[in-house]
Amino acid sequence: MSDVSITFDRVTKAFGAFRAVDEVSFALPRGALVTLLGPSGCGKTTTLRLVAGLELPTGGRIEIEGKDVTALAAAERKIAMVFQSYALFPHMNVLENVSYGLLVNGARKASAESEALAMLKTLGLDGLGQRLPSELSGGQQQRVAVARALVLRPKVLLFDEPLSNLDARLRRRVREDIRDLQKKLDLSVVYVTHDQQEALAVSDLVCVMRAGKIAQMGTPNALYEDPADAFIADFMGEANVIQGEVLGPNRIALGGIALDTVMRAHPPGAAQIAVRPESILLQPEGSPGLPGRIQRAAFLGQTREYEIQTPAGELFVVTPAASPAFAPGDAVSCAMQRVIPLRPAA
Amino acid sequence: MGALTLGRAALIGAAIGLLLAPWHGLENGALAAWPRGEASPLLALLLDGSRWWLWPVAALLAAVAPALLRGRAPGLLMMVAGAGIVAWIFLMGHAIGLNGLAWKGLAPLLGAPPPQPSLGWGALMVLAGGVALFSAGLAARGSFGADAFVSFLVCGSAFLLILFVFVPLVTILSAAIYEGDRFAPDALAARLTAPEAWSLACVTTHAGCGVVWNTLLLATLTGVISTLLGLGFALLAVRGNVRGAVAFRAMTILPLITPPFVVSLALIVLFGRTGIVTGFLWENFDIPRSRWIYGLPGVLLAQVLAQAPVAFMLLDGALRAISPSLEEAASTMGARRFKVFRSVTWPLLKPALAAAFLLGFVESLADFGNPLVLGGDFDVLSTRIFFAIAGARHDPGRAAALALLLLALTFGAFAFQAWWLGKRRYTTVTGKGDSGLPAPLPKGLKLGCSLVVWPWMAFTAVVYGIILVGGFVRDIGRGDMTFTWRHFLTGFEVEWHNGVDFRGSAWDSLFTTIEVAAIAAPLTAGLGILLAWLIARQSFKGRGTLEFMTMLSFAIPGTVVGVSYVMAFNVPPVELTGTALILIICFVFRNLPVGVRGGLAALAQIDKSLDEASATMGGGALSTLRRVVLPLLRPAIVASLAFSFVHAMTAVSAVIFLVSAQHNLATVYIVGRVEAGEMALAIAYSTVLIVIMLVVVLGIEKLVGRAQIGRRAATPTTMHAGA
Ligand SMILES: Nc1ncnc2c1ncn2[C@@H]1O[C@H](COP(=O)(O)OP(=O)(O)O)[C@@H](O)[C@H]1O
Ligand SMILES: [Mg+2]
Repeated sequence: MSDVSITFDRVTKAFGAFRAVDEVSFALPRGALVTLLGPSGCGKTTTLRLVAGLELPTGGRIEIEGKDVTALAAAERKIAMVFQSYALFPHMNVLENVSYGLLVNGARKASAESEALAMLKTLGLDGLGQRLPSELSGGQQQRVAVARALVLRPKVLLFDEPLSNLDARLRRRVREDIRDLQKKLDLSVVYVTHDQQEALAVSDLVCVMRAGKIAQMGTPNALYEDPADAFIADFMGEANVIQGEVLGPNRIALGGIALDTVMRAHPPGAAQIAVRPESILLQPEGSPGLPGRIQRAAFLGQTREYEIQTPAGELFVVTPAASPAFAPGDAVSCAMQRVIPLRPAA
Repeated sequence: MGALTLGRAALIGAAIGLLLAPWHGLENGALAAWPRGEASPLLALLLDGSRWWLWPVAALLAAVAPALLRGRAPGLLMMVAGAGIVAWIFLMGHAIGLNGLAWKGLAPLLGAPPPQPSLGWGALMVLAGGVALFSAGLAARGSFGADAFVSFLVCGSAFLLILFVFVPLVTILSAAIYEGDRFAPDALAARLTAPEAWSLACVTTHAGCGVVWNTLLLATLTGVISTLLGLGFALLAVRGNVRGAVAFRAMTILPLITPPFVVSLALIVLFGRTGIVTGFLWENFDIPRSRWIYGLPGVLLAQVLAQAPVAFMLLDGALRAISPSLEEAASTMGARRFKVFRSVTWPLLKPALAAAFLLGFVESLADFGNPLVLGGDFDVLSTRIFFAIAGARHDPGRAAALALLLLALTFGAFAFQAWWLGKRRYTTVTGKGDSGLPAPLPKGLKLGCSLVVWPWMAFTAVVYGIILVGGFVRDIGRGDMTFTWRHFLTGFEVEWHNGVDFRGSAWDSLFTTIEVAAIAAPLTAGLGILLAWLIARQSFKGRGTLEFMTMLSFAIPGTVVGVSYVMAFNVPPVELTGTALILIICFVFRNLPVGVRGGLAALAQIDKSLDEASATMGGGALSTLRRVVLPLLRPAIVASLAFSFVHAMTAVSAVIFLVSAQHNLATVYIVGRVEAGEMALAIAYSTVLIVIMLVVVLGIEKLVGRAQIGRRAATPTTMHAGA
């Protein structure tokens, strides 16, 4: 058996003249949780539906576990999907919902129900089998939807923005539950979200999409530390993107001032330089670094946030609450602990 | 469902049709001779050489059989064989008719074949098999998401729609353009522009105007008056703060269950020459007896009585949908009551007003019963078409041309509506939980409405009172009000000796009516829901065309349908006139659009992700339909059942052309009684019909109501609350 769960080979999905997914290629490893991340309308849902077989591609080739499924209908792909709206059948109770897939695949009623009950138990839903979906809380509905998908032992499990209908408190718990379950059962999961924090928190691999194409794919760490371009740097957490110049290894100039820093290799010359708000060290005036003046200061409990006017432009800086505090009007020096020189956006 | 399964099923069906079922004849009587004579299966006919030209059908079937039996599904071969079988049967059916060779040009090829009567059950099965083979072939080649079930539904419905909606239309067109056997476009032009249709003589002289002008005048008046009356009713019911909810409710149910011409009977009883009111006026005020009710005034009155309640329902809904907060906003900005009404309420009502007018207009165009009973010398298109076919001067060409004119008017009205609605979009934005008090009517307006509405309601009550009483008194037409069971006995007498003997003269037609309605209703509802599901949930090439074909029959007036069916299905290959089957088919395809609309509306309430969830879990189209979609659509299905049943019981315009001595329908029987002057029997029979339909409608309403409560509130995220 191969170690690849899903392969896209130059897959295109066009609606009329508009390409929602544009010549996308990737190979996703088996047993990993991969997130599709990107702004609204970039084609994440369409990509997921292509995997599921709910849309058929207008070009390219799709494989699941080495088998060509490009022209296969959804019902025959052995995948399972958890819908954004959960799509629980309102006229069936929880047990009927969960055993539905087994029944339409030809299982006997008794065995389907016992499997469904076992799955409900795994997800901590025992005792709710006779309830209708409308009689469950949002979190319970979500778990029923997951149970309904998992009971079929799918090759791939797909989630489309599974947390978007939950309140903020529940989100963190549910996403951790999903991650635990995925690890425990060694599932291949594709997970769509537009929230980068969510993506960073749960993924083995993140695949950032932009306008129907894949902008970059990598581990959460790699995307955060080593973004391919300004779009990704900005999308993966906040970044100050400023015009500067690379002078040599670990040496740049910002606002005409030469600075020592830590950075990835980049040829000398003018460049866009991204600086994460937390990689800037604020020190009293006179220390080495970019001189600046505090415009605004806010205390957020765990952190402090500043807006600082410098010769290189305005910088947004986050410091730990334990670090020394500055007030608006104070002159400071900004040391760049780490910067990311950017390749121009494609 | 896979292509192979469908292909095999098609093969088995077609084989039975070919080997066993009688090839010709749809009537059961012929079965006695099976498998010889009139009931011979095609196999026997092929072997004895009397249908040698149908060998290709058997050959095509034999060509696909080996692959299918060996478990392969050859896509292209199945498509070719299926399409070939269907095409060949129809081609030969047209080429060789009851008098032998019909297409003389083929004499060198076919010689002088024996006569070939109409297709029967065997042919039907082979045709169905052909369509199924073709669908299986399409699915095997990847169309319709490779789902043979969907493919079969689409191809099958397309085949039926073509045969029973499109072909009749084409037939009527060609009937209008042929004179005998001669192609004569000039004759069509002459018929379409005849003074009979367009004369304006009535403006200057005492002669009647052209029938097109009559029709337009009547339709416009009916539309305007019904809409205004309906508006008065709606304003008073929603904003008038008046009692009488039951009376208003009754107003909305009555037109649903009244055969269209029954109101005419009551009007004759009231205002005819010997009518109750006429007599009263003559005796007390010396107003001379006259026949004024026969003509425009009478027909108009009858149509408004039927249409005003429909307009009321539409406008009532629209008025309730206007969020009170809009009006409250206007009044908080200092507008006076009348100003609020003028500047906010009225503009928001405009689309509903237009819809009500157009509905009245179109219904008046299509109405046949009332002009037939009350029209007198005032002819409209629908009656003129009827007499061109059924009258002394049987002239199908003229009937067809008039039918085209009527069709053009109806399509014109619908096109106008589409254009008008497309041009301006009013949306009343109503958030849920939008409360507030609706603004009460301005005083003057309320008074005006009351002055019209209450008398009209009283008048309606009198009309229905007449119908209620008329069957039970000796001769209501002449004012003889002695109680009697005589009319009911004439119609519905039952005798018991050695079992039940239905002696009454009305039983036959009543039984046929109920039987036909009871068969047509589930077919209509079923096909309607399936089509709605295909249109709403499946994406395939030609979906728009399918939807258009479905909706087409909605815009065709009943009279035109009747004429076109008579012309299209009177001769082989599909000869249906005189059977009960043609009545059923007619009802199914006439009521289909309403079933489809209802299904579409219901499906719009059900999130598509439910279907998709089922698909990702391995549910094919068939399982999804059966286990997920149909259970959720139950209320829509029941409503569509009720609608088609009631419409099949009250329709007269199309079926008056299609009934026969053996298969008469209640409405046509009643019209016959009226023409024979047996008013009381007609009224008695109408009462029976109304009671039956009332029971059905109320029963079904109860059922649907319970179904909705029983389902408990659905998840807001997956299903939005239905109306
Ligand atoms: N069925 C469709 N027909 C036409 N356009 C579509 C359809 N589905 C999606 N799109 C378009 O494709 C683009 C990508 O959509 P989607 O994949 O849903 O984005 P998202 O990344 O927000 O999930 C959007 O611009 C959307 O409007
Ligand atoms: Mg999306």
